[in-house]
Amino acid sequence: MIEIFQYDFMVRALVAALLVGLAAPAVGTFIVQRRLALLGDGIGHVALTGVALGFLTGTAPVFTAVLVSIAGAVAIELVRARGRTTGDVALALLFYGGIAGGVLLIGLAPGGSNATLTSYLFGSISSVTAQDVWVIAVLTAFVLGVVATFGRELFVLCQDEEVAKVNGLPVRFLSLLIAVTAALTVVIAMRVVGLLLVSALMVVPVATSQQVTRGFRATMALAMLLGVVATVGGLTSAFYAGVAPGAAIVLLALAGFVLALGAGRFLRRYRAKEAGA
Amino acid sequence: MTRSAQATGRAAQAAHEPAAGTRVPEVAFAMRGGHVALDGRRVLRGVDLRIETGEVVAVLGANGSGKSTLIRTLLGLVPLTAGTAELFGTPPARFRDWWRIGYVPQRLSVGGGVPATVREVVASGRVPRQRRLRPSGAADRAAVTAALESVGLAGRAGDPVGLLSGGQQQRVLIARALAGEPDTFVMDEPTAGVDAESQRHLAGTLASLVRQGRTVLLVAHELGPLAPLITRSIVVRDGVVAHDGPAQHGEGACHPHPGHEQERPHAYDVSSGPMSPGAPK
Repeated sequence: MIEIFQYDFMVRALVAALLVGLAAPAVGTFIVQRRLALLGDGIGHVALTGVALGFLTGTAPVFTAVLVSIAGAVAIELVRARGRTTGDVALALLFYGGIAGGVLLIGLAPGGSNATLTSYLFGSISSVTAQDVWVIAVLTAFVLGVVATFGRELFVLCQDEEVAKVNGLPVRFLSLLIAVTAALTVVIAMRVVGLLLVSALMVVPVATSQQVTRGFRATMALAMLLGVVATVGGLTSAFYAGVAPGAAIVLLALAGFVLALGAGRFLRRYRAKEAGA
Repeated sequence: MTRSAQATGRAAQAAHEPAAGTRVPEVAFAMRGGHVALDGRRVLRGVDLRIETGEVVAVLGANGSGKSTLIRTLLGLVPLTAGTAELFGTPPARFRDWWRIGYVPQRLSVGGGVPATVREVVASGRVPRQRRLRPSGAADRAAVTAALESVGLAGRAGDPVGLLSGGQQQRVLIARALAGEPDTFVMDEPTAGVDAESQRHLAGTLASLVRQGRTVLLVAHELGPLAPLITRSIVVRDGVVAHDGPAQHGEGACHPHPGHEQERPHAYDVSSGPMSPGAPK
C-alpha cells in the first residue's frame, strides 16, 4: 500500500481521483433528481470537440473543453426549457455533433489523430500533471461551493420547477447554473475516467446510494463517499493489477450498485416489517 | 401607490370602518379579459375576476373546464394570450413578494428516484424566507415542526415521501406551503384522490387558516368536507366563468360527515344556482 505513494504520478493521480469522487456524485444527485441522468453523457460528447479544438489552436485542451462543454450544457438547457417534446432528439443531435466535431477537428490539428483523442475518451489519469491537479482542485472547489450555496434552491428546482417559480426562485439562473456546474464536472472527471465514462461517476454512486437511504441529504452524502471509494479504490487496484484505471473505477462503482440492490431489498423488507409491527 | 401612501390609505379607510380590527382587504388576485390558449386550444375565453384578501374561494368545474389553468395563469405559470392578470396589484412577471404565496400543486413529483424525507420536503417550503449561505435557524425548524403537526404527519417526518399514500403526500404538500408562513394559499385540487382521513386533516388545516384570516384560493372537482369553509364559489365552464357568488351552504352542500360526499360527487352542481346579487365585482 505504501509503495503507491513513492511514485509522484500516482500521488497526483490519487489526489485527482479523490476530488473527482467528491464532486461528480454531488452534482449527480441533483441531475438524477431532475431526470437528466444522460446530461453528463451529452456534455461529455460535446467536450470532445473542445479537446480537439485545443489541439487545433495550440491551447490547453482542458481550457477549450471547459468553454465548449459550458456552451454545450447551456444549449442543452435552452433546448430542454423551450421545446419539451423534441428535447431528447435535440440532445441526441448534440451527442453526434460533439463526437463528429471532435474527430473532424483533431484530423485538422498538426500531428493530431484519433489516437490523440483516445486518452480523453478513456482517461489517462497516470499522465495528470501538477498543473492539472490544480485545475481540478479549483473546479472541484467551485462545484462544491455551488452545491453548498444553492443546494436548498436547487433541491426545490429539481423537485418541481413550477413550485420553484412560485417560490420566487430565479429558475432560469438556477437551471443554467446546474448545467454549467455539470459541464465543469465533466471536464474535471475527463482525465480520470475519460469522457465516455464521465457520466457513470455522476450517476452510478447516486443510483447506488438511493437504494439504501431515505433522504436527499443522506443520499448525496453517501453518494460522495461511494464516489471516493470507487475512484480511489479503482485507481489503487488498477495500479496493482495493471489494468485501465477508468474502467476499474467504473466497474467498482457498478459492483457497489449490484450489492446495494440486494441490501436495499433487504432493508425495505425489514422496514416494512417494522412499520407493520 | 407607494407603501406609505398605501398605509395612510388603509388607516383612513380603517377609521371609516366600524368593525375595528378587521384588516382592510387588498386585491390579491385579479384578471381582466383573460384569454389562454394551450397548444392552439382555447382554454380560457375572457375571464374577469377579482379576489380580495381574506376570501376563501373555491374554483369549481368539470375536468377540462379550465379551472386549473385559471389559477396557474393567476400565478404566472401559464402565459396569457390576451388580457391582464395581477398578483397583489402587480403582473406576475414583475411580482416580487412570493413569500406571501403558498402554492400547493396537484401532486408531489417524486423526482428521478432520489429519495427525500417528509421533513426535507416540508423544510423546502422555507426557502422563500431563507437567505443563501445562512443555515436554517430555530425559527425555520419551529415552522417546519408546526406545519408537520398541523397536517398530522409529525410521526412520519423521517420517512421517504415516496412511501406515503396519495392523501398523505397531499398533506406533505400542504405542510410545505404552511412552512413558509404565507398569507395567501393557492391549492390545485387538494381533495382529488385523497382518503377520508386526509380530507378531515385538510378541512381542519383549512379551518385554522380561515380563522387566521388567510386568503385561500382552491381548485376542486368536489369539495367534500371543505364545503362549509368556502365563502365564495366560482364555477368555470368551457373557459368562462359560469357562476360567481357566495357559497351556498344549504341543501346538503355542507356535509358534517365527510363520508357522505359520494352521494354528491360534484359539489359544484349545488352552487350553480342563480347569480347572487352580492357577488363582489
